[in-house]
Amino acid sequence: MNPWMLFFIWPVIKFLIAITIVLTIVAAMTWVERRTLGFMQARLGPNRVGPAGLFQIIADPIKLMLKEDILPASAEKVAYFLGPMIPLLPAFVVFCLIPYGPPPAFAVTRVNVGLLLIMALTSTAVYGIILGGWASNNKYSLMGGLRSAAQMVSYEVPFGLSVVGVLMLCGSFDLVKIVQYQERHVWNLLPQLVGAFIFFVSMNAESNRVPFDLPEAESELVAGYHTEYSGMKFAFFMLAEYASMLVNSCLMATLYLGGWTFSIAGYGLTTAALSKLGLLGGLIGAAIFFAKVMALMLVYVWFRATFPRFRFDQLMDLGWKWMIPLALGNIFVTGILVLAMPNLKIDAGIYPYGELLMAVVGAAIIALTLFLVTRGPRRPAAAARPTEPPKVIHASRVSEA
Amino acid sequence: MFDVHEMEVNFGPQHPSTHGVLRVILKIDGERIIEAKPVIGYLHRGTEKLFENMAYPQCVPHTDRLDYVASATNNLGYVEAVEKLLGITKQIPKRAQLIRVMLSELQRLSSHLLWLATHALDLGAMTPFFYTFREREEILDLFEAYCGARLTLNCMRIGGMPDDLPDGWLDDLEEFTAKFDPAIDEYAALLNTNRIWKRRTVGIGVISPEEAIDWGITGPPLRGSGVEWDLRRAQPYECYPELQFDIPIGKNGDTYDRYLVRMEEMRQANRILKQCIPMIKETPAGDIKAKISRVIRPPEGEVYHSIEAPKGELGYYIISDGKTQNAYRCRVRPPSFINLQALPAMAKGYLVSDLVALIGTLDVVLGEVDR
Repeated sequence: MNPWMLFFIWPVIKFLIAITIVLTIVAAMTWVERRTLGFMQARLGPNRVGPAGLFQIIADPIKLMLKEDILPASAEKVAYFLGPMIPLLPAFVVFCLIPYGPPPAFAVTRVNVGLLLIMALTSTAVYGIILGGWASNNKYSLMGGLRSAAQMVSYEVPFGLSVVGVLMLCGSFDLVKIVQYQERHVWNLLPQLVGAFIFFVSMNAESNRVPFDLPEAESELVAGYHTEYSGMKFAFFMLAEYASMLVNSCLMATLYLGGWTFSIAGYGLTTAALSKLGLLGGLIGAAIFFAKVMALMLVYVWFRATFPRFRFDQLMDLGWKWMIPLALGNIFVTGILVLAMPNLKIDAGIYPYGELLMAVVGAAIIALTLFLVTRGPRRPAAAARPTEPPKVIHASRVSEA
Repeated sequence: MFDVHEMEVNFGPQHPSTHGVLRVILKIDGERIIEAKPVIGYLHRGTEKLFENMAYPQCVPHTDRLDYVASATNNLGYVEAVEKLLGITKQIPKRAQLIRVMLSELQRLSSHLLWLATHALDLGAMTPFFYTFREREEILDLFEAYCGARLTLNCMRIGGMPDDLPDGWLDDLEEFTAKFDPAIDEYAALLNTNRIWKRRTVGIGVISPEEAIDWGITGPPLRGSGVEWDLRRAQPYECYPELQFDIPIGKNGDTYDRYLVRMEEMRQANRILKQCIPMIKETPAGDIKAKISRVIRPPEGEVYHSIEAPKGELGYYIISDGKTQNAYRCRVRPPSFINLQALPAMAKGYLVSDLVALIGTLDVVLGEVDR
């Protein structure tokens, strides 16, 4: 094939298709989220514009585009302008690296250090938030930006550590190889229960979603880092948030839920089986992939309807004192099991006994952790307040609950 | 280059979680509050001065606007104070007393539901808001069926009630009381054992019983600290002595205990409502007003009367000069105003995130604070 076709035209076409799908999902997600929340909260959600409120997807961006774009008089103009752009760019670039279906047709590019590159790119999104928060010259924005910086830096560590287990099992940074490993054995979710758990919690924190939405905490910081933003600049922040949700869900589906395949121990809809069907097989693969992604996105929404918000110090406590030791422990246990059971490394279609053993170990670790985490809250050592409980005058009738 | 950064932040008056126009000037070090100074008065309408220039019955609609989410109890406190001044408290017919009790307990439910909704929303839990508003809507429908208004009820008169209950109202109430207890269980299921909710409320904003009494705190914040003080029991009014209810009290005086106290109060209010229904069926229909003169001109003297409003002790102090149809002076003792003074001491040393929990747990309504 002509090298121009191979290395320029095809990738650009595939990128444009991918970006269109991604933007559609992101836009549709606003509607899906509001309808799902409505369903969970005994109300309807958007239902006025178009059938079942579907045109809300178009109405919202139109409204935002027509809104006045306010530039605060005391804002740092260049940084204020760059703030919303920076988180958007890496989010879109990352979509080029994720395989949506059987390669090579359904992946824009295939990079042998794909996972590393994705993690490097997504972690730059925080610059935009810090920059926007600082440039607004608003105290609430500044606090939102600072919270976001601390949160992202803290949760980047367990986020990165949690995938090490997957890398040790699959022996590659290449996302395609990780998926192909899973179709021969079993979804990584099973042997890497702990890792998947940490990954999921950290990806919630990375994309600033409930219960980790402290940077924008509307009841505390008004709107956090985007308090001063309006119109399309605000829309860019929201777009980046949803894009980051989507990136993280895609990554989780690829790393832990078998990507575009639906198979165990080499049986089922594997890459080879899909390839036999040609384009149709590819489309089926992509459909499986996006079904997994949407399921994960709905978990985000479910979380939003369920949880109150963490306090800042509690968030740090969870990240540093629980997530990181747990992730390190996961690496240790995975390492031992990988060394102890060499047949985990055999690519032939053997049944995943080793993985099942790891799943049992993982479930035990998670159960122990949940037990320890939920043992009961300790009183925070707040300064200048009496730490001992106040004297009880009457026996309680309620506090027993 | 720099040492400690202390930053001053204006928390309000336009802020999503200050429940109106409360402004708190915060001095913070990072996120930790060094000093919190509430600034009030943005909603001052001179209600007490207005009372001096209006005949006694004309003041009732103005009491609606004090604690605008609990107008029935505001009406009740005012009409009872005037009745006490006139010396006709004993003449109020049983039926009128029962309607008053039912309306004020419904109002307690509605006020506590709104508190739960906003308190949970402030701490980031979005769903309880919609669940509580589902029940609050039905309470407001009951109010509307009785007096035509949903929020500012103006539903009580000096000497009795304006109207008898409309047909079918008691059946609607019975239906509501039957399904309200499961509804409270639903809210409790979302929050009571929710680990994040507990981490955000347990041990936050501790008020010791001594401090609570010294500050003059009343209502659920006082009872949350473990002091069994409820004016419905301590200084009974209307037909409360005939009704059975428990006074829930907390143990630790923290935000979580105040939450549990209010939740239990809702259950007890529902229990009172259930008892009222058979009692009111025994009273003669239409007997809702004491026989008093149309022109209300109390004798010279002064009176202080207080009731247990949803937010605490709501008192009216009225001076009559005996010559005019107007009060010489009317002073309102609003529970929110007195409770709010604990905020600076409670907030000191906690984080900005806790401040919204503390404002929520004190349950202040600025209409009442500023009057």
